[in-house]
Amino acid sequence: MNAAPPGRPRVREILGRSDYAIIGEIIEPGSRVLDLGCGDGDLLAWLVEHKQVEARGVELQTARVQRAIARGVSVYQGEIEGSLPHYPDGAFDYVILSQTLQEMRRPMEVLREMLRVGRHSVVAFPNFGHWRVRWSHLVSGRAPRTDLFPYSWFDSPNIHFLTVDDFLELAAQQRWAVEKSYFLAGHRAVSLRPNLLAEVAVFLVRK
Amino acid sequence: MVVETRIAPFDSLSLDCGAILAPVEVAYETYGELNSDKSNAILLVHAFSLDAHAAGIHSETGKPGWWDNMVGPGKGFDTERYFLICSNVLGGCRGTTGPSSINPATGCPFGMAFPVVTIGDMVRLQKMLVDSLGVRRLLSVAGGSMGGMQALEWAVTYPDALASAIPIATTSRHTAMQIAFNEVGRQAIMADPDWSNGNYYSGKPPARGLAVARMVGHITYMSDESMHQKFGRRLREKDALGFDFGIDFEVESYLRYRGSQFVDRFDANSYLYITKAEDYFDLSRGYPTLAASLERLRCRVLAISFTSDWLYPSYQSLEIVNTLRRLLRDVAYCDLPSDYGHDAFLVEVAEQSEIVRGFLASTAKGIGRK
Repeated sequence: MNAAPPGRPRVREILGRSDYAIIGEIIEPGSRVLDLGCGDGDLLAWLVEHKQVEARGVELQTARVQRAIARGVSVYQGEIEGSLPHYPDGAFDYVILSQTLQEMRRPMEVLREMLRVGRHSVVAFPNFGHWRVRWSHLVSGRAPRTDLFPYSWFDSPNIHFLTVDDFLELAAQQRWAVEKSYFLAGHRAVSLRPNLLAEVAVFLVRK
Repeated sequence: MVVETRIAPFDSLSLDCGAILAPVEVAYETYGELNSDKSNAILLVHAFSLDAHAAGIHSETGKPGWWDNMVGPGKGFDTERYFLICSNVLGGCRGTTGPSSINPATGCPFGMAFPVVTIGDMVRLQKMLVDSLGVRRLLSVAGGSMGGMQALEWAVTYPDALASAIPIATTSRHTAMQIAFNEVGRQAIMADPDWSNGNYYSGKPPARGLAVARMVGHITYMSDESMHQKFGRRLREKDALGFDFGIDFEVESYLRYRGSQFVDRFDANSYLYITKAEDYFDLSRGYPTLAASLERLRCRVLAISFTSDWLYPSYQSLEIVNTLRRLLRDVAYCDLPSDYGHDAFLVEVAEQSEIVRGFLASTAKGIGRK
């Protein structure tokens, strides 16, 4: 049952999430890490425990900030977009934006600021180009709803839909170096045609 | 937990104004036990009108401490894990040397002969107390309002003497508005003929002036919303307006009660001196910028503000926090939702306890690791 088919190895999980496992693999031990939209600080607490990183987080929702600080993570309560200008250039080894890019009002500004503040940036986002999304849109004629995009159009936090190819095209235009890329469908790695087959993409990028 | 206030005597203290106080006494209380490596001590620093009695039931008065909801077994500041110290500030009237203390040069109370003291002076005296208790490095210095000023002053003046600071509902310096409210309080006292240039200790204290000062203070500690909830336009023990200048509204009765009650426990001259210390406080004094001052800070910081606090608005905490972020210091910040205004740091304790508990635990763990 758990045996992975050839070419599609099963990715391990951290806190039940394969994108976290990838991020956990990317982050070098002892580095300085900023997690944007860090929620309860799950990932940061894991990185502190297992990678001895110096962790900082930014989160807007009070209850999440409270829980994150209560577990010992130094979180700043504020908007991601407004908080970045206060950090100096190259302040962090890694800046993480996990599953949040599509919710940003000005994603370009956030990406530029991330690349300024961090020596490396980790950007993980749901791939709007996945075949299920395309299929849902094609057959229903409605705003697509899938496991990954479960919201009605009117209450979705996602306001900028992007695909793997969209991101790669932007990176090429901006001359950002894509150092590593990982593609996931569920808990399995995707190696072929990620724009069609990946549900989640994780990129390691630098200026 | 029954506690008593103790007095620690010291030979002398040099003040920012150039004067030397000799001798000087500090009233303090402690809760919990100091551990063997003396790494679990936390200094609680109090707000303007409070005292050394932060927690427990006082052995003489039977009253609970001003932060009893935050300090105790299993509470935000857990007395089963930490050794807590709280002292009355210099210039106060609750046991520590202040204007109502006896001036050794005259044998009479100092009155206005007491030198003007600063937050920096208060902190230097606290350092002497902490040293005398055998604690070389505090796990934390924590306090709200003027207590937050002292916590910040500690972090900048003695960067190696604390592992963390918890400044709550505070500022790095008073704005014109904050100075203005303090000045109204001072003028109310000094306009009372009973004040007699501060020489009232053998006669009647300026009770009316001090009560008015306290009334103004109380308004600034609440919020429009909390006053609306608590009083609204409710009338006091009557069904119709009195068409006179007696008490009509509940809020009038409350302020008068709070004002008159304050007179029994607080010295008018201390009011003048301590508010002056608040107004003089400027963390960036002596430095080109606030950042240059905060650059000295080495400890972790947990800053908390409250959404309805208009006396020490959130933007003042944010100014400190954002400066620390620019300096890449280890800072956590939360703007807690509350309707209680500035008083929130004393009453809105559920969320505050949770984050303080976790922040202290992780700070203690970090020390253990190193």
